[in-house]
Amino acid sequence: MAILSKEEAKKIIDKVLAFSKADEISVGLEGNRTGNIRYARNSVSTSGETTDLSLSVTSIFGKKSGTSTINEFDDASLEKTVRRAEEIAKLAPDNPEYVPMLGPQQYSETHSYAEATAAINPDFRAKAAFDSIDPCAKKNLTAAGYMEDTAGFSAMGNNKGLFGYNKATSVDFSITVRTADGKGSGYAARDYNDASRLSTASATEVAMQKALASASAKALEPGKYTVILEPTAGVDLLQNMMRSMDARNADEGRSFLGKKGGGTRLGEKLFDERVNIYSDPQNSEIPGSPFSGDGRPQEKVMWVENGVVKNMSYSRFWAQKQGVKAIPAPSGFIFQGGTESLADLIRGTEKGILVTRLWYIRAVDPQTLLYTGLTRDGTFYIENGQIKYPVKNFRFNESPVIMLNNLEAIGKPVRAGGNLVPPLKIRDFTFTSLSDAV
Amino acid sequence: MKRRDFIQLAGLGTGAFMMPAFAMGRNVSPEAFLEKSIDTAVKKRLADAALNAAKSKGASYADVRIGRYLNQFVITREDKVQNIVNTESYGVGVRVIANGCWGFAAVVDVHNETQMAKAAEDAVAIAKANARLMKEPVQLAPQKGFGEVSWKAPIRKNAFEVPIKEKVDLLLSVNDAALKNGANYVNSVLFLVNEQKYFASTDGSYIDQDVHRIWPIFNITAIDPKSGKFETRNALSAPMGMGYDYLQSNPSDKITGITTRYNKGYDMLEDATAAAKQAKEKLTAKSVEAGKYDLILDPSHLWLTIHESVGHPLELDRVLGYEANFAGTSFATLDKWQSKNFQYGSKQVNLVADKLQEGSLGAVGWDDEGVNTKKWDLVKDGVLVNYQAIRDQAHIIGEKESHGCCYADSWSSVQFQRMPNVSLAAGKTPLSVDEMIKDVKKGIYIIGDGSFSIDQQRYNFQFGGQLFYEIKDGKIAGMLKDVAYQSNTQEFWNSCTQVCDEKDYRLGGSFFDGKGQPSQSSAVSHGSSTTRFNGVNVINTARKI
Repeated sequence: MAILSKEEAKKIIDKVLAFSKADEISVGLEGNRTGNIRYARNSVSTSGETTDLSLSVTSIFGKKSGTSTINEFDDASLEKTVRRAEEIAKLAPDNPEYVPMLGPQQYSETHSYAEATAAINPDFRAKAAFDSIDPCAKKNLTAAGYMEDTAGFSAMGNNKGLFGYNKATSVDFSITVRTADGKGSGYAARDYNDASRLSTASATEVAMQKALASASAKALEPGKYTVILEPTAGVDLLQNMMRSMDARNADEGRSFLGKKGGGTRLGEKLFDERVNIYSDPQNSEIPGSPFSGDGRPQEKVMWVENGVVKNMSYSRFWAQKQGVKAIPAPSGFIFQGGTESLADLIRGTEKGILVTRLWYIRAVDPQTLLYTGLTRDGTFYIENGQIKYPVKNFRFNESPVIMLNNLEAIGKPVRAGGNLVPPLKIRDFTFTSLSDAV
Repeated sequence: MKRRDFIQLAGLGTGAFMMPAFAMGRNVSPEAFLEKSIDTAVKKRLADAALNAAKSKGASYADVRIGRYLNQFVITREDKVQNIVNTESYGVGVRVIANGCWGFAAVVDVHNETQMAKAAEDAVAIAKANARLMKEPVQLAPQKGFGEVSWKAPIRKNAFEVPIKEKVDLLLSVNDAALKNGANYVNSVLFLVNEQKYFASTDGSYIDQDVHRIWPIFNITAIDPKSGKFETRNALSAPMGMGYDYLQSNPSDKITGITTRYNKGYDMLEDATAAAKQAKEKLTAKSVEAGKYDLILDPSHLWLTIHESVGHPLELDRVLGYEANFAGTSFATLDKWQSKNFQYGSKQVNLVADKLQEGSLGAVGWDDEGVNTKKWDLVKDGVLVNYQAIRDQAHIIGEKESHGCCYADSWSSVQFQRMPNVSLAAGKTPLSVDEMIKDVKKGIYIIGDGSFSIDQQRYNFQFGGQLFYEIKDGKIAGMLKDVAYQSNTQEFWNSCTQVCDEKDYRLGGSFFDGKGQPSQSSAVSHGSSTTRFNGVNVINTARKI
């Protein structure tokens, strides 16, 4: 019920559009079923499932805008929602940055929906948790994990002729395994559109190995080290950088992309020439929605090419003001990599530190994109191509911009948090203090 | 919603405004806020339907929360209103124990007994299904029923009754003041929340509560186009459990000094004027020399350090491992508490949990499982003496009753242990900030909260701030920038040498504190007076890219 077909969604949206008396109206219709299971101390703590179907109407008079939402779908409720949005709009102040709604758009089809994920039921979740808890319990290890699955659709339409529809599924799983004495901790995370690719047992196996291998860590002096950031560690820093590529902030001079004397660093080489980052909703590993929240088509966009900043993201208002194409921010990014596996990168490292996960990352200075945070759940010393021993966790203070200038090697990308991220070998990564946390 | 999502929404930090689709309820017109909530007699009838149905299906305990949650956010930048968000959410959550196991079900827009009974039956069915996977049955600390009672936040002016225009005019005048005083950009936001909560349980309680919260904030940016550098200064306001009266400040609410700070009334216009000048001053301020400094921390800054290094590690569910996969565990393990001599801090350090404090974000009459709220010691004369525990945890630490700190952020969320207000008690001997500074040879005076990060067991942390002043030989020597301090929780609190007296005591707090999977948000205050910490490691955060 929560997932309507394209035809069903269009019928409801057209009906709502017909009720409108406003200059412009746009209608969003979304439905999904979300389930989760959470466990800790080798026992399930919570599990649930919710379904939601909701409709949102935005009405415009001149430059005034009003939004109203509803989750009932009889004709009277739909009409009432349109009237309410119109009332709110009439009372609203003018929005000087208002841009007229888009007309008809061409959206390419993406493969963001998988039946296997849509079919997840409480038994599937219970088994996923059991496959993770059972091997841990058998080895006297303690598992804490979480799995969340969503299947849903999103449709939008307006009175200028725009209509878009997309179905999507996702499953996110993370697992932390700790040793009974609390001296070792390991982590693994997986996310897919298609749940048939998820094995909670194999992800848990990785976390178990890391928990056992990380026990009784040695303390190394903080300082600058060559590190190998696993994709689960590198993704957060890279994501923060990608979310800071808004053109307006750069034009206004309050972004890492702002330039001395005014202007932006668009077209400048900011990173090592091996850095290539793009987005593509058609990518089969991270298929995304073919349209952005305001109806703009999501296309393949090169953000960084051979280390040069190629594009920034724009709101429609700012793009119009600057006279450029309004490229929306992407939902996920692809960091192009090589063919080497994580094991290959370790083998090629004389001295370095392998980082499983970064935690509690916070911006310190938006000017330089300096972030602080800590390593967590599996940090190891590498010598002569081999993992020698576990080391205590570090606090880092580092900027992804500096990091991507200190690039030693790029491995083969894997999916992490909805992005494709390679393991990265970085020299002179700055650790500023030690942490006793396990 | 996670704190950082809201920060992103408010544009703090990056200047970018985003408006995520809220899962907070339906959008309504502001007039809808003035409609009365349903009558308590009707709520009692609905609640009884659920409680009776739960019992008849075999529940040994049941509670019902009927909630109406109102949110209003007014969002502006420079001379423009960017968005006005008005949401209302109404529904019911039923929680039961059956076969020794918890079960929960929630329903939106409930208006009749049949819906209530169905929710209760669903909750019992879930409890019985989960009981098969359970290892130890739930042990609930006893709790007496209170009959039909009510609690209202002691507000003087309901913010939801103030016309939108008045709020817009205030924010635009704040922005104007900032721009006239040297700001290049300014974002300002007013967050308003009203929780109308009705709780009933098989213990015989029927509790009606009306909770109000307010948080006015701004972010001011000053740019030096020549160098391409920019600096920001955020508001020194605190989120409060107050009405619109928080924005009507009296001279007695102001603490004057190197910059004006605020107690129970906030002068947003005055603060924005000062902030614009200070953001400009920061552009040319001296970059800090890394090293050891004595830190003088203002309450507008110290609240966050208390929150992260005391509030979170003493949550009993973290200590036990229930948050291991996400927020983490805690260094403050049960054996340290049992030893009765774990020196969390120096003798000057008294940290108190308090759900009664007037004007605080955590103040309510009863928590979300019908326990009357209270005040208790966490760290006494420096020694760890207690945790934060709710009904199903009290037995683990030998308590006979819950601490009354259970909370759910919506009728649709399951209630669980959340941080009460955790505060540093004021010093007992009279001491002003000026007297404290006079005694410092090499120090930094920090005002306002900034960047924050702490490890998953709450040992190692790093904090920034809004304003930094160098102290040389007992005198303030000028503004600093690029300052962050790093320490270890136990080492830091043991380096505490002086706490100003109660005249300087003020609240700070978190409006959107995240915990759990799926994440729930809660609001919590932290009070303190200005406090001195000796020999803390300060780093310089300036970089070149």
